Amino acid sequence: MPRRHPEEAAFPLRARFPSRPRPPSRARPPRHSGLPFSGLLSRTRLPLYARIAWYGFRRHSAYRTAALAGAFTNTVFGILRAHVLIALWEARPGLAGYDVADAVTFCFLSQAFIGPMQLFGGGLQLAERVRGGDVAVDLARPASLQAWNLADDLGRAAYLLLLRSVPPTLVGAALFGIVFPTEPAAWVFFTVSFVLGVVVSFGWRYLVALSSFWIVDDRGTQSLSLVLMMFFSGMVLPLNLFPGWLGTLAQSLPWAAMVQIPADVYLGKRDALEAFALQALWAAALLVLGALATRAARRKVVVQGG
Amino acid sequence: MIEVDRAGRSFTVGRGRSRRTVHAVQDLSFTVEAGEFVGYLGPNGAGKSTTIKMLTGILAPTSGRIEVAGLDPLRRRTDLTRRIGVVFGQRTTLWWDLPLKDSFELVRHLYKVDRNDFRRRLDELADLLDLSGFLHTPVRQLSLGQRMRGDITAALLHDPAVLVLDEPTIGLDVVSKAAMRAFLGRLNAERGTTVLLTTHDLGDIEKLCRRVMLIHHGRLGFDGTLDDLRALAPGEDSIEDVVTHLYTAPPAER
Repeated sequence: MPRRHPEEAAFPLRARFPSRPRPPSRARPPRHSGLPFSGLLSRTRLPLYARIAWYGFRRHSAYRTAALAGAFTNTVFGILRAHVLIALWEARPGLAGYDVADAVTFCFLSQAFIGPMQLFGGGLQLAERVRGGDVAVDLARPASLQAWNLADDLGRAAYLLLLRSVPPTLVGAALFGIVFPTEPAAWVFFTVSFVLGVVVSFGWRYLVALSSFWIVDDRGTQSLSLVLMMFFSGMVLPLNLFPGWLGTLAQSLPWAAMVQIPADVYLGKRDALEAFALQALWAAALLVLGALATRAARRKVVVQGG
Repeated sequence: MIEVDRAGRSFTVGRGRSRRTVHAVQDLSFTVEAGEFVGYLGPNGAGKSTTIKMLTGILAPTSGRIEVAGLDPLRRRTDLTRRIGVVFGQRTTLWWDLPLKDSFELVRHLYKVDRNDFRRRLDELADLLDLSGFLHTPVRQLSLGQRMRGDITAALLHDPAVLVLDEPTIGLDVVSKAAMRAFLGRLNAERGTTVLLTTHDLGDIEKLCRRVMLIHHGRLGFDGTLDDLRALAPGEDSIEDVVTHLYTAPPAER
């Protein structure tokens, strides 16, 4: 009796592969001909990216405690900032076209944006995966690296909107009373502006993350990005407090699309279509830059690690 | 199935005066026919992973020509991914925080696998690789052996004609290793899948590969059967000693 090789007993081998090599006689779909897949991107990949977004949402839900801790911090700092802004606006009523209620609302909105807009940077695993070499796996997939990351990031933003944006807003409303738009159209405008803001934020952070293909240590780019995002988004101070040309410049840079513009759309201080146009322009510009940078990275990529 | 013709890849490293060019792979030529099981050996830094990255279209060769499953890996990368499966043993394609099954569902969408084909193949693979106990467990909770079986499954769900494995048994215990080998052997014998395997475990090679290629300093040093390899160093007993001898012997003897 032929002895079974001990390795065969390692799994309970119940099943067998379906027969020998594929019989050429049987008419199979031309799976390996390549033709059916040539128009890969022209066909909709929506189910794939929708699923990635859903996974991104669920991936973050694995870290609920961290999100709630973030929400707590955002709320506490919101209260501190609100007091500072109240003092400022009581000393200078009507400053920058805001009244005290507007200023407090701006404060809690910007606190609520920290999570979904990822205002402290990061949020993408990409930089770490480039540094560690895991990006090899991502690059080997039949999918766009950028679209994959965007979908994942939208899922992240949606999750953080629920856990990190709602609590500070509610606390702000209860303690200070914030402005709530009454017209449904205002909420639609705000939603569009908010989503565009998240896309601009992604476009920017994707470029920062991608920089680690060229600069192995991305801490420098990350901290530069942090300063730009905090200062030019309106997170530190509303951009309409910036004087003269600096204010004009800050209002037209991409970071304004992440806090100042959606907040102004919420407060009804800015023409919605004009706001969308600027945000969409920056979103498109950053995504195109990201796509070009991805192509360049693919071409000259040095995938780290063995 | 795999054709490599005088392929080379060099990297420029360092800056200023210490700037120099490293040839990770040089003048590499080999052919792998459909249905072969080929072991690809070499010490750390010999150019194994660089070769794999070129075969899968992740890395552009700086010279020469490569064709896998009839396609240029770089120009037809997306089409090629549908014909090959790749497993990087030290990395994972699975979603760390989600149940294993979810990663497989995503693979179905990624490769546009027909729902019925997908179900049938997943059932087969789950049975062969004994996955049923942890299909619904988050990947971060899996043992290394379980995760590796998950990664192999993810690479096979679109039924690729070629499977490229970069150290699939690294870090596995003897039982998991044996199981992995048994599975790969059957995949090749019963399904006819072409397999290219890099490993540092010569047991993998002895159990699985009829043909072995040795790469050293980016060049192909040996290409032949296991017996031919043994014949190169008649004084040595185990295959491990043979390989060690070949790598440490002065070049004239090679």
